[in-house]
Order: sequence, then structure tokens, then C-alpha cells
Amino acid sequence: MEINKSMEGPLTFPGQVHETADGGILVTKLDDVINWARSNSLWPLVFGTSCCAIEMMSTAGAKHDWSRFGFEVARATPRQADLIIVAGTIVMKMAPVLKRLYDQMPEPKYVIAMGACTISGGPFFYNTYSVVKGVDHVIPVDVYIPGCPPRPEALLHSMITLQEKIKNEQYFKKKIEDVR
Amino acid sequence: MNTEELKSSISAILPSVIYDETGEFLNVNIASEELYPLINELRSNSEFDFDYLFCLTCIDWKDHLMMVYHLLSKTHQHTIVLKAKISNRENAEIETVCNIWRTAELLEREVFDLFGVKFINHPDLRRLFLSDDWNGYPLRKDYVDENMISL
Repeated sequence: MEINKSMEGPLTFPGQVHETADGGILVTKLDDVINWARSNSLWPLVFGTSCCAIEMMSTAGAKHDWSRFGFEVARATPRQADLIIVAGTIVMKMAPVLKRLYDQMPEPKYVIAMGACTISGGPFFYNTYSVVKGVDHVIPVDVYIPGCPPRPEALLHSMITLQEKIKNEQYFKKKIEDVR
Repeated sequence: MNTEELKSSISAILPSVIYDETGEFLNVNIASEELYPLINELRSNSEFDFDYLFCLTCIDWKDHLMMVYHLLSKTHQHTIVLKAKISNRENAEIETVCNIWRTAELLEREVFDLFGVKFINHPDLRRLFLSDDWNGYPLRKDYVDENMISL
């Protein structure tokens, strides 16, 4: 681990340093294969609460077609979903429902916060009694995608960004650390 | 009926009403206690025949609340706005109009939810949009929410 410490550089280093797992090339290659498979078959939950959901449906439709990136198996049950795209305003009454849906999803699970409402409460409803001011008050978010609503291209970009994130995960390293 | 005929006919039923013609429709201002007999007459009298309640809402004027009923007659094609002043803001009460127009059932639940007006004889007066354990009535001017930014 000391060698990795020295590789970290100053705190302001403008990028990511990916630590290499103990176990060398075999483990990292296995990770690459597993992550490649996982990232190209992400099943999103059918979840939309307002206008962003219309853009999400458009992304699923023929013109933009998210199945090109492996997202086409949208699931109506959280127990079969890997990913939840929070598409739309979350109100106080919806928040516990969203939390329960997230809790019901199996690990590993990911969240995309789509649009201004899910990031901060939104451009229209920010200062009101009924709206949650950002979905990250309720569940952890992996990718934020701004816009009101974001265009389908932007949503596809956020999905590809999530795939990049998954491709950099080190599943076996986590396992080794759990064993130790 | 035109506006002048409406005014004279309504005044014949209830002399104490005050009219206001600044808006798009004829505004009829009354007190909340006078509401039910008048509105019942407006519905059942074939001369008026207000068969359509197309809006029911409330205004918070800080020192009192005001119920607003938009009434339309499909047969006579005339419209009025009935405004009933509720002076007791802390314990706001008014007679329900559910039994006259069925649509008022949900509209009154919404007003109860957001303004806290209690509708006497309403068949099912519960909160409509907010959760049942919500404290206070958010559309009142003195509602305080610590998560909101005060301007």
C-alpha cells in the first residue's frame, strides 16, 4: 500500500488514481471481464414521476434507442433492477416510496439523478413545502445529469458515464478486503 | 340573464350582498353564514339554474379567509363568482356544497388540506394531497416551514 500512497501525489492532483488490487494481473483481468459484462447489461427500473420521464421514454424509443447501450430490459419490479433513473420531481409523499424501492433492489445498484428537480428540487418548485430538495437526501446518487429536462442525448451520456464508473470498479479487491 | 338582471334577482333573495364588477365575472360578496341558503337557491331556482361549479377555492387575506365559488349555468350561459368571507380564521368553518354539486367533495377536501377550512356536513373530510400526519396548512400566509427559504 505504501507504493500507492506515494503515487497519490499532492491532494490537488487533477485526476483519478486507480489503486491496483493485490493479486495482480489475474484479478484485474477478471474484474475487467465481469465489469464489461455488468456495464453492458444494466436493467433500469420503470420509474418516472414527471416530465423527465417523457424524455426517458423518448430515450427508450426507436429514435434514440437505449438498447444500443444495453439498457433495454426495463423492469417493473425493483427486485430485478440494477439501476434506478430518478426521472422527475420527488415530493415528500413520494420520498419514502422511493426509499423503499431502492432498498428492495439487489446489490450492486446504481442511481442516476435525471434533471434539475432530482438534483436540487428544481427550477420551479425549489422553495416549497412539498418538494424534496435533491434526491440525494433520500438515496445515494452515482451520476447527476442536469437539464430541464435533459435531452435524450444527455441521458445517454449519463448512462455511458455510469458504465465508465462500473468498468473502473474492483469487485475482487473488495472481496479480498472483506476476507482480511 | 345579463349582469343587471342577475344583480336584481340575487338581491331579491339576499338583500345584504355586495357586488363587485371589476373582474371578468360578476362578483357576489357575502358572509360565510349566508352561503348555504343562497347557493342552494341559485342551484335549484330554474331562473338561475347554476348547474356547474367549475372552480372552488380559497384565499387567505391574513385577517380572514375567503371561499370562492365559480358558478356557471349551461342552460342560461351566465356566470357568477360567489365570495364568502370567513371571519373566524383560527376555527374556519363553512357549510359544504357537496350535496348540491358532487364535484365539491374533492375540491373541498383540497381546500381543507391546504387552508384548513372545515366543511360542515362533508361526508369524507380528510387530507387529499398531503400525508395524514402533516402539521399545519401550507397555503396559509402564516405557514412556517424550516426547509423553505424566507425571502
